[in-house]
Amino acid sequence: MITGAQALVAALKKQNVNIIFGYPGVAICPFYNELSASGIRHILVRQEQNAGHAASGYARINGRPAVCAATSGPGAVNLITALATAYMDSIPLVAITGQVSSDLLGRDVFQEADITGAAEPFTKYSYLVKDPADIPRIVNEAFYIAGTGRPGPVLIDLPIDIQQAEFDETDVPDAQHLPGYNPTTKGHKGQINRVVSAIKRAKKPLLCIGGGVISANAQNELRTLCETAGLPAVSTMMGLGALPTTHSNYFGMLGTHGHPYANYAVQQADLLIIIGARVGDRAVSAPEALGRRAKIVHIDVDPAEIGKNLGTTIPVVGDAKTVLDQLTQTGAKANCGIWMDDLDDHRRLYRPDLDPRPNGGINPKGFLRTVSLAMENDSIIVGDVGQNQTWTAGNIMMRGGKFLTSGGMGTMGYSIPAAIGAKLADPQRQVVAVCGDGSFQMSMCELATAVQHNVPIKIIVMNNHSLGMVLEYQTQQYNGNHFAVELGSSPDICALAAAYGIPSRCVTDDSQTDEAIRRLLDQPGPALLECRISPDEASR
Amino acid sequence: MKRTISVLVENKAGVLSRVSGLFARRGFNINSLAVGETEDPAVSRMTIVSDGDEHTIEQVEKQLNKMIDTLKIKRLEDSSATRRELILIKVGAGTHQRGEVIDIARVFGAKVVDISTTTLTVEHSDRPERIDLLVDLLTPYKIKEVARTGTVALEKGAGTIGYKPKKD
Repeated sequence: MITGAQALVAALKKQNVNIIFGYPGVAICPFYNELSASGIRHILVRQEQNAGHAASGYARINGRPAVCAATSGPGAVNLITALATAYMDSIPLVAITGQVSSDLLGRDVFQEADITGAAEPFTKYSYLVKDPADIPRIVNEAFYIAGTGRPGPVLIDLPIDIQQAEFDETDVPDAQHLPGYNPTTKGHKGQINRVVSAIKRAKKPLLCIGGGVISANAQNELRTLCETAGLPAVSTMMGLGALPTTHSNYFGMLGTHGHPYANYAVQQADLLIIIGARVGDRAVSAPEALGRRAKIVHIDVDPAEIGKNLGTTIPVVGDAKTVLDQLTQTGAKANCGIWMDDLDDHRRLYRPDLDPRPNGGINPKGFLRTVSLAMENDSIIVGDVGQNQTWTAGNIMMRGGKFLTSGGMGTMGYSIPAAIGAKLADPQRQVVAVCGDGSFQMSMCELATAVQHNVPIKIIVMNNHSLGMVLEYQTQQYNGNHFAVELGSSPDICALAAAYGIPSRCVTDDSQTDEAIRRLLDQPGPALLECRISPDEASR
Repeated sequence: MKRTISVLVENKAGVLSRVSGLFARRGFNINSLAVGETEDPAVSRMTIVSDGDEHTIEQVEKQLNKMIDTLKIKRLEDSSATRRELILIKVGAGTHQRGEVIDIARVFGAKVVDISTTTLTVEHSDRPERIDLLVDLLTPYKIKEVARTGTVALEKGAGTIGYKPKKD
């Protein structure tokens, strides 16, 4: 006989889980008690939401579903933002929550929350466990659902009595029973052929790369297709880094905050091949007009994304890695030399605003470009949300590393916990979190987590003492009526870092940055660099 | 335009709430939703009548298909499906009006299933349009209460929804 909690730990070990991000409470204590002697590492965060973000960062580097845990009621409810963030960006998570005793469900007892109900719109699937003997099967299914097809978060809610109840594990099967879940991976051959003839006929074909290429780990397949077929490509923010920024076939990031030459390419293309992208409103503001101008090929593992925001000429359901490979295998070649030259001209003519500010202060775009160039090729940059996100996404140079950010949900406070998770997933790689002073203050409590668990992430705080993105919006849309966007001069970020035992430095002028960045990256443990910038700096 | 969608789902807790939640948050309309067990007790059939343009209904189908608990889905065209709805309708009918109400019921092939000194309750199963017509014709007799099941439907002829359970 074993208990539900023991079964859960055994099932997690069977999935090769060796780290859990979490925050305990009474309702999850039976599980934590078993976890203590399991050999699975537990990272105690400072707020449950950050357990979810840290697991997200871990999963994005590790490639497999990562686990976060919280107690019932407020613990579980605090997780929701992280679940929603992961859901929007298709990140595979398995979230485990404690729940009040199953005989008390529905009576509104202390720390009871209907978490499976509340998280329903933000999870790929969820379980409320009613029988401990179901745990081996449920855990097996949860990892399978989270990690296959279009990845996403799966929630397992475990009443405390189910964790404690004993059952005879000898004849309990863990075989999946998912008769309604059959994700398609391979593209339909007829559709692939239609794509090939569209490529041959097109004068101005363009690949549009989304986050699906990265979650399918299809960077190599993408590069091979671009090179063998001679296709130009742009990326969404989530697709950033799928091709190296310096690749001759790469023409930048599209969208509201993207590169003008990338948006030019999208506007001019007569064939748009969208791979693993949702055609979200930030990437394409007028999808209807786009559909009228160009033929649209939409390749996605989730059939429900195809045709949702943009009419599609040729839909292809399949995993990006498989479909890109299928396309390369056809030997298709684009005939678009003039188009490539035109795109190249536009790219060359673009002058990014990277120069030092004449009157002192720091140019955030130039600064972030320098940061990315100072980092190793395979390093990980975790962007937060706000102006800092557009500065980072628009200016970093990607050379085989990864850029992680909350793209779909735009969740402030993502970068520090996600960086902790990413660093733990691959301790050999440099990990830098870039946040603003607003987003920093949303998860600065996790500095303690980085110190306690000795996770040597580097944190850059772009401090303009304001909520720059909203301030800029108020400038443009509300005649400069700035309201509720000034954060004031408190806290002293370096003094705060010192309080957490983290070495830090503050730079105020472009001339100081090279040396400060080098010193930041050379620090053995967690370290912080505050970068003072003017609130007048524009996003673009 | 109203469309009928037949959905086979796993017969387990929470599925109905997932389906109705999906309709609510994606802004899809539900005109009616009927659910019940099938020949296989592990499987329920939902018959959903929704209105929307072609694009919306296609989205409804895709989003329903995406649900883990959904086994099979098929749109049923009005011309190629047998559609039925059951209604119980209680109308005010004292001694003077009983005969008229019973006449209307007889024309429809409906049954009078309950009677009191002031009311009659009529039961009828028919195509939804005919049910609407029955309601229209009984409206002058002061309708006290109505209970309708929502539409259930099956394909005409030998065709089925075509679900074959996968072997575990």
